[in-house]
Amino acid sequence: MAIIYEKSKGLTERPLTYCPGCSHGIVHKLIAETLVELNLLDHTVAIAPVGCSVFAYDFFNCDGVQAAHGRAPAVATGIKRVAPESIVFTYQGDGDLAAIGTAETIHAAHRGENITVIFINNAIYGMTGGQLAPTTLVGQKTSTSPFGRNVAHQGLPIKVCEMLAAIPSSYYLERTSVHDVPHIRKTKAAIKKAFQYQVDGKGFSMVEILSGCPVGWNVSPVESMKFIKEQMMPYYPLGVYRDGGAEI
Amino acid sequence: MKTLMKGNEAISQAAIVAGCKAFFGYPITPQNEIPEYMSAAMVNAGRVFVQAESEVAAINMIYGGAAAGVRVMTSSSSPGIALKQEGISYLAAAKLPCVIVSVMRCGPGLGGILPSQSDYFQVVKGGGNGDYYTPVYAPNSVQESVDLTIKAFDIADKYRTPVFVVVDGTLGQMMEPVEFKPVTPYQIDVDSFATNGQSGKRGYRNMVNSLNLSAIGLEKSNFELKATYDEIRKNEAMYESSVKDGDEIALVAYGVPSRIALNAVKALNDKGVKAGLIRPITLWPFPDEAFKLPASVKIVLVCELSMGQMIDDVRLALNGSVPAHFYGRTGGVIFEPEELVDAAIKVVGGGK
Amino acid sequence: MAKVKLNFAEALCKGCFLCADACPKKILELNEDKVNQKGYNPIHCTDEGACIGCAMCAVICPDSVIGLERE
Repeated sequence: MAIIYEKSKGLTERPLTYCPGCSHGIVHKLIAETLVELNLLDHTVAIAPVGCSVFAYDFFNCDGVQAAHGRAPAVATGIKRVAPESIVFTYQGDGDLAAIGTAETIHAAHRGENITVIFINNAIYGMTGGQLAPTTLVGQKTSTSPFGRNVAHQGLPIKVCEMLAAIPSSYYLERTSVHDVPHIRKTKAAIKKAFQYQVDGKGFSMVEILSGCPVGWNVSPVESMKFIKEQMMPYYPLGVYRDGGAEI
Repeated sequence: MKTLMKGNEAISQAAIVAGCKAFFGYPITPQNEIPEYMSAAMVNAGRVFVQAESEVAAINMIYGGAAAGVRVMTSSSSPGIALKQEGISYLAAAKLPCVIVSVMRCGPGLGGILPSQSDYFQVVKGGGNGDYYTPVYAPNSVQESVDLTIKAFDIADKYRTPVFVVVDGTLGQMMEPVEFKPVTPYQIDVDSFATNGQSGKRGYRNMVNSLNLSAIGLEKSNFELKATYDEIRKNEAMYESSVKDGDEIALVAYGVPSRIALNAVKALNDKGVKAGLIRPITLWPFPDEAFKLPASVKIVLVCELSMGQMIDDVRLALNGSVPAHFYGRTGGVIFEPEELVDAAIKVVGGGK
Repeated sequence: MAKVKLNFAEALCKGCFLCADACPKKILELNEDKVNQKGYNPIHCTDEGACIGCAMCAVICPDSVIGLERE
C-alpha cells in the first residue's frame, strides 16, 4: 500500500480545538508538513499569541511559546537573537498582528529579523466572539459593527502585505488563500518558501493567508470559502508583494 | 582592583560579569547610561543588544530570550516599568528568569526625571495582573548595586522568576569606586523548560505558557507560585540594622535616602536621642525580621522619597507593636539629614 | 487503476463538509446514522470504488480526518 495522504508528523495527537470548517486547521497542516519536509521540526519554536490559535503550542510538534496579545514578533526576536540556529515562527491573527501588535510587526520587519510570520487574515476577531477587526471588510457586519463597517467611522481595512512592502528589509511577503485546494497548494508553496528563506538567513518573511471563520461570519464552512473568494480576494489581491530572492 | 564608575554603568558591567547574554531596552531618562553602555559592551563581548521599539516590545524580547534559557536583562524607569508590567506578569506566570532594573523617577504621569522612590508599590506590589510577586533588591551604593545585580541573576535562575533591582536617579548617576569579583553563576537546568529549538537534541518538546483555562489547573499553578514565593520569603530577605537595646527610635529608609538617614541617626545620637537605622535591602520579600524591635524602641520613623509607600509594609511588619510615623519629600526633592532629625525629635516627643 | 483505500479518523470529524464540497466525484457525505464523540455526523464515503485518489478531500480537511492509500 502506498500512502497518498496522511496526517503530518509535524502535528501532535491532540485534536484541534477550532470550530468546524475553520481555516486554522488547514494552515496548521501546511506549516506542519513544511517543517517535516524541510527537516526543521526538531529545532523549531512556534510562537502563538492571543487569539483562537493561542493553543497552537499544543498542536505543533515542536517547542512552543504562548505570547501576549500582539507581542509574538518581539518574543520571536528574543528567541532568534539568543538562539540563531533555531527556526522561529509566529502564528498571528489579524487583531493580533494588525491592531494591538502593529508596532511589533512593523519593527520586526524593519530590523529584518530572520523569522517567519504566518498571518491569518479572516477579517474578524474570532476568539472573543466575532468583533470588528482592522481587516474587517467595508460593510461587513460584526458583533461590534452591527450596521456594517462604515469607512467614515471605522476607516478602511488594513492591507498588511501592502503596508509591509514599503519596508525595504521585508524579504518576502506573499498573500495567499485557502478557499480551495489549488490555493491551499499555493499557500503551502509560499509557506515553504518563507521557511526556506529563514533557513538561508534572509530575514523577515511573512505569508498572509486569507482564511475563513464560518462561526464568526455566521455562515456555513462551504459558504465561508465562497466569501473568501468573492468578498475578500477583490479587496485583498493575492500575490507576491516582496521577494528578495526573485529580485536578483 | 577598584575602578571609579557611575551607578548605571556599574549595574551594566555587573550584568556582563554575571553572564547576561542579551539586553533588550528602550531609552528613558534617567536610566539611559545602561542601554548606552550595553550597546557597546554587549556587542564587544559577542552578546546580544537590541534597542526595541517600545518598553512593551523590550519586555517581550526578554520573555523570548528567557524562554530560550539564557540570562537576560532589561532596564527602564518608572513610566517605562508601567508599560512593562504586562510582560512581567507573563514572565512570572511562565516561571521565566530575568533581571529588570528600574531607575526610579518621580510621577505620577510623566512626572519628572529627578530621583524618587514613588514606585515602591509598582515593583513590590506588582502592577501586572494576577497573583505574583517579584524579588526586589534596593542597593544604596554603587558597589552594592554591582553585588546585588549579580545576585539578582542567581536568584532569578534559582527560583525561576523575574527579579528587580531598583535604584533612584541619584545612585544611577553617582560615581564611586567599585570592584568586580569573579562570579560562579547558579546553574539552571535549561533543558527542563527552555524553548530554544532543541527538541531534537533533548528528545522532548518544551512549552512556555501562562494560559490555563481549567480552574483546578490554574489554581494548582498559582499554588506552585505561592510555594516558590514562600521559599523566597523564608530564605532571601535582606536588611541592615543598627537598632540596639536602649534605642528610643528606629529610622527606616532604603536606597540612597538610607545614607541620609544614617547621618540623621548619628546626629540624633549626638543630641542624646538614642536612635538606630533599619535599612531593608530586599523590598520584597520585606525583611519583617528587622522589625522585632527591642522593648526600648517606642516609635518608628519611615523616611522615603515618596508620599509614603514602604510605610505600609513597615506597619504590617510591626503588626501594631509600636506606631510608625512618616517623613517624606517627593517630586525630586531630596530630604536633608536635618529634616529627618527634626521629624524624629518631633515624633519622639519634642523638647529634648 | 489501482484501488484507493480511504481512512477516516471519525472521532476527529466536525462535519464541516469542506471535503465533500471539494470532492470531484461527489462520493463523500455526512453519515446521518452515526454521531461521533464530538456530537457530529462524521463524513463517510458512499462509493470507495469511484475514488480516484486525488486527495483533495484530505488536503482541505482542517482536522486531518482523512488518509488515503493506494493498493
